[in-house]
Formats: sequence, structure tokens, C-alpha cells
Amino acid sequence: MSDTTPPSNSPSPSHAPNAVTHSYIPGFYIGDRPKVVTSRFEYEDSYTLERSLATDGYEGLKKCLAMSPQEMHDEVRNSTVLGRGGAGFPAGVKWGFTPQGVWPRYLVVNGDESEPGTYKDRLLMERDPHQLIEGCLIACYAAGLSQCFLYVRGEMALAQERIATALNDAYAAGYIGKNILGTDFSVDIVLHWGAGAYVVGEETALIESLEGERGMPRLKPPFFPAAVGLYGKPTIVNNVETLANLPFVALNGSAAYTAIGTPTSPGTRMVAVSGHVKRPGVYEIINGSTTFRDIIYGDEFSQGIRDDNDLKAFVPGGGSAPWFVEDQLDIPFEGKQAGAAGSMLGSGAIMVMDSTTDIPHAAYTLTKFYAHESCGKCTPCREGGTWLMRMLERVVAGHGTDADLDQMREVGQTICPGEMPHASSERLGLEAVPFPYKMTTICFVGPSAWAPLHSALTLFPEEFDAIVTKVPKRVSIPVTALSGADA
Amino acid sequence: MSRLSDHNVVLAKEIIARYPKQKSALIPLVHLSQEQNGYVTEDAMRHIAELVNVTPAEVLGTASFYEMFKFEPVGKYVVNVCTTLSCALLGAGELMHHAEEKLGVKAGGTTADGLITLEPAECQAACTEAPCLQVNYRHKYRVTPADFDAMIDDLRAGKLDGEIPPHGTLGTQRQHIPDDKGVGAVHPDDVTDGPAWIPAPAPEESN
Repeated sequence: MSDTTPPSNSPSPSHAPNAVTHSYIPGFYIGDRPKVVTSRFEYEDSYTLERSLATDGYEGLKKCLAMSPQEMHDEVRNSTVLGRGGAGFPAGVKWGFTPQGVWPRYLVVNGDESEPGTYKDRLLMERDPHQLIEGCLIACYAAGLSQCFLYVRGEMALAQERIATALNDAYAAGYIGKNILGTDFSVDIVLHWGAGAYVVGEETALIESLEGERGMPRLKPPFFPAAVGLYGKPTIVNNVETLANLPFVALNGSAAYTAIGTPTSPGTRMVAVSGHVKRPGVYEIINGSTTFRDIIYGDEFSQGIRDDNDLKAFVPGGGSAPWFVEDQLDIPFEGKQAGAAGSMLGSGAIMVMDSTTDIPHAAYTLTKFYAHESCGKCTPCREGGTWLMRMLERVVAGHGTDADLDQMREVGQTICPGEMPHASSERLGLEAVPFPYKMTTICFVGPSAWAPLHSALTLFPEEFDAIVTKVPKRVSIPVTALSGADA
Repeated sequence: MSRLSDHNVVLAKEIIARYPKQKSALIPLVHLSQEQNGYVTEDAMRHIAELVNVTPAEVLGTASFYEMFKFEPVGKYVVNVCTTLSCALLGAGELMHHAEEKLGVKAGGTTADGLITLEPAECQAACTEAPCLQVNYRHKYRVTPADFDAMIDDLRAGKLDGEIPPHGTLGTQRQHIPDDKGVGAVHPDDVTDGPAWIPAPAPEESN
């Protein structure tokens, strides 16, 4: 085993990638496509200040400081950089939600990447921390944010080390701190260590955690972090990838950014493809137009299913997302169309399952994840997620009954009342139910325990039927009848 | 035995000073104590409570929420085997089973020599390199049973000492903000005006 090259005795022969372009970044494949956030990844020393400065590093910041904060904010708004954390909300619009005249305002960087299948922020932090720092500085300048907290997932030791070194170097060189580059722009960036909690990726839970509390989401509305955030002050929470886009926007202008991708989804997107594909990898794709078929089967991307097996299902946007099947392959990687088809793009993670996959077991690994990561604040998630996990555990082990399946659906209804989004299936004659779902919990952890299981039950009912015992439906005896008999 | 050392108190004070409110330093300080002792001790939590001006119960209340903090001694090396979907699809279950056999402990247990703790873990953000694991939060990719055995032998022989610091050490590099460069944190209640680079009299256009 090695951190640089895959071993020759890999578990599956077709799993070993061909043409490793950059063996020092396992799982990353560079292409001939336009690059916004991975332009330095071709250099082995891409994380150093020297390499950054030799390749236009901090040039975007210089252009930014030559503009007024309002002009820079307008550039970002015009570029329509969409949030890359999951919700896909335009960053420039989010910044505008801070109330006038309320100070101080803070920037909190969400680097707590933990969504199953997702693996882009870690690379951006490990491979190009200066790009992220530059993005933070641009955001602080444009939106008047006077201190920045870079919250990095605790389990990412290398990212922590690279960012710490990058911050130290950038402070020494005068890019962070007092009077940056001789202007009156002054801001501190503080590296903050997470300690292992998926739910902290939710922005209000992130703020709680940053205040030294248990990472439990805050009830919203009425107050969103842009109005009442860290220490009760206006706070912008942006994802790592979102901020990594800003140096490009500042340096080349919003027109150059919107020239890539589609009007509703400009720029590029980092997508991680894992599971049963020939070349699992992280790819910077053209936003909005690249289809799932391109990504899963394309030569420049994942090159098809291992052993040329058939595709059974895939998760289009991180473990929380309802699943897609073959019918959805020609949908582009674009939020609105994925939503109409019954799922979401989330954090840009595609997990592919081939025809050999045991679907109930696959669903179990995800439901277990969300049940485990529930913070315990909302009952439907704390109890419901755990119920789902336990029932599914029983079913997967072969001890389940069809009553368990009904009970799962009932618990699912408690977490997500009404119709649950799912994909269409020609095989089963199913119409799609569009995203999003209704939910009885504050954040998305609860629904995420149900979404993969619901997809599995809906799109592959026969796999559950095959492993559960049929039991006669229990008949409820009315309580009055019993008491009548006693009397 | 396990309050923060003088050296770490200096570090702790530096960390606390970076935040507008002291309690924000709580999690970083618990990490620091875990780095010192290998796990989070009661004495360390009492000491941290003094440093950030909260009760020891509040320190435990926060710290016990987070997966990475251990309140009992663990091995010098904590091996976390990922069990979430992408790794499960490519052999994580078999790897975990093999690890249990090799180490002679069930998931969650520590070897008799106290060197290695084996734990099941959730997604480690290395899904393309499945199945993956982390040793003290350092990734190992595409781990076969043979790789696992070789890694354990190397750990026991001390061959990975340079690469993998003992459990608790989060980053071998730390952030340090030089006094003459840093802006300094200000308590939010002490800030009334906008920052210097934002034009004061003319507020931003309504959005």
C-alpha cells in the first residue's frame, strides 16, 4: 500500500486506474477542460506559496483591492457562483443578506466535508490552500467581514497541516493580517479544528461548534446566519469550493467565469465518482452541461462500469440524495433538471453500483451513516433514523418480515411527510416525484437516513421482497371490544 | 497528572486569544490535551474549563459530542476502517473482518499490548480510493488484506514513526499568528463601526 500509487494487487483488476496523470494526487485526473479551481494541481508543489505566486496566486486579490468592495461584490453576484456545499445558493446573493450597519460581520469557511462519497474540499485544501485563502480574503473584502474562521474537518490531518503552513507563509508575506498589501484592508484568518461530527457540516451547527458548543443545528427561520450567526452577529458561511472559485472571478472577471458552463450553472464543478467504475476519480467538469452518462462512461472521466457490468443504480449527489438509475443517465449535472428528476446534486459526489450490488445492504450502509450521525436534537431523526437502521439491519441479515418494510415506510413518513422524491423507472412504470421533500426535522440529517432507503425500496422492491418473510397482516382489536368482554 | 503542561498552556493562551469569545477555543484545547495525553482526561477538562472560563461539565458536554475525543486510554495508533457505501462496495466489510482476525480484537477494541485500537468509521473523504482506512487520521488507500498485515507489522516495528505521530496529534504543523502581523480578535460587543475598508457614510446599495 502506498499513498501515491495504487497497489498492483488491488481487490478488483478493473479497479486499478489506467493513465495516472498525477500519481501524487491519488484519485485526481486532470483533463483538457477549462480549469477554475484545479489549475495548479498539475504541479507537485501546488500547495506552496512559491508555486502559488509563480502561477498568478494572490493576483486576484490585488485586482480585488483595486476595486471598491461594492464592485467586487457585484462581480461575484454577476458571476452567479453557486454554493458548492449542497444547497446551490448563489454566493453573491447570500452575502447581500447581511443587515445594513450591523457590525462586526464574520466569515466562516465550511471545510467540514463529510458527506458520503464527497471528496473535493479535501483536495482543494490539501493541494491549493493559498487559493482558498485568497478566496476568503476576497469574500471578506467584498462583504465587509472582519474575521475569518476556517473550520476544517478534524479527520483531515494533511489538510490541517497544509493550511496551517499556508497561513503562516501568507501572514509572513503580508497577504493576511494588518493592512494587507499596504491597504486599509485588515483581516485575520483563524484555522479551526473540527473533532468529528457530520452534522457540523450544516451551517448553524458549524457556528454552534465554533462557539465551543455541541454541534447541533439552530432552528431557522426566523434567523439565518447572514443576519444572526456567530456570536449573534451577521455571518457568512461558505463552502471551501465556493470560495476557491473567487480568485478566478476576481482575476478574470465575471464574464470569463460565466463563459464556462451554462447560464443557470456557470463555471466548473468538482465531482467525485466512486464505487463500481473503471476509473474512480475526482474531476473538474464543465458545470451544467456534462451529463451523468458522460461522467460515468466518458473516456476522460470514469470510463464505464467495472468488468463492463450493467449499471444498477447511482447516487447523484452525495449520500443524502435519492438514487438515480439507468433512465436518468442523460440528465446533465445541473441542479434544476436533477431536481425535476427526483434528486439533487448536493455536494457533487456520484457513487455507482453495478449489477452485482446487494441493494438492501447498500442502502443499509447509508442509513447507518445518518443514524449514527444524528445529533439527537429532533426526535424524528434521533429515533426514526435509528429505527430505520435497526429494521434494515434485521432485513439485511435475513430475519426481516414484510411488516418491517411497512414499518420502515411509516417511520419514513414521520421524517418526511407526504410524497418522497424519487426517480422515474421505465422498468417499474414509475413517474418521477420531484425534489425537494417535506421534513419534520431542523436539518437534512433525518431525511438523509430515509432518502437512500426510500429509493432502494421504491426502485428495487423485488430485492427486499426476496429476503423478507411474508407474515399475515396483524389485525388490531379495538380496545372497546376488549373492555366490553371484560365487563 | 494530566493537566496541560506549561508549554501547552502557552499554546492554549495563544489559541484562546485568536477568538472573539474564549469558549470558541474549547474544541482546539481539548485536541491539545488529547495530543498531550493520548486521550481526554478529567484533569485536563478541569484545566481547560479554567482556561476558557466555563464549568468542567460544559467542557465534557461539548467534548463528548465529538467522535474524535476519547475519554478512555486508546492505542498509540487508532486504525479507523471506513464502512460507508463506496468502501463497502469495494470490500470494506472483508477488510474489517480481516483486521479483526489479524489484530485479535473486535471492532472498537484495543490490542493486548495497548498499541492498536481498531474502530469502524464513517466516510473519510477518500471514496475513489476504496477501501480506505486512517491511522491516527492519516489516510491509507486501496488497502488489501496483505497491505493491512504489512502496515500492522510496520507499526509494531516502529517503521512508520516518522509518518504517523501518536494518537492525539492532529497536525504536525500549527498556525502561528505573529504579534506584529495579526489584527487581533475583538469581543463582538466591543465593535460598533464597520471595518476600515468599507466606506462608512454611504452604506452599500440595498440588495
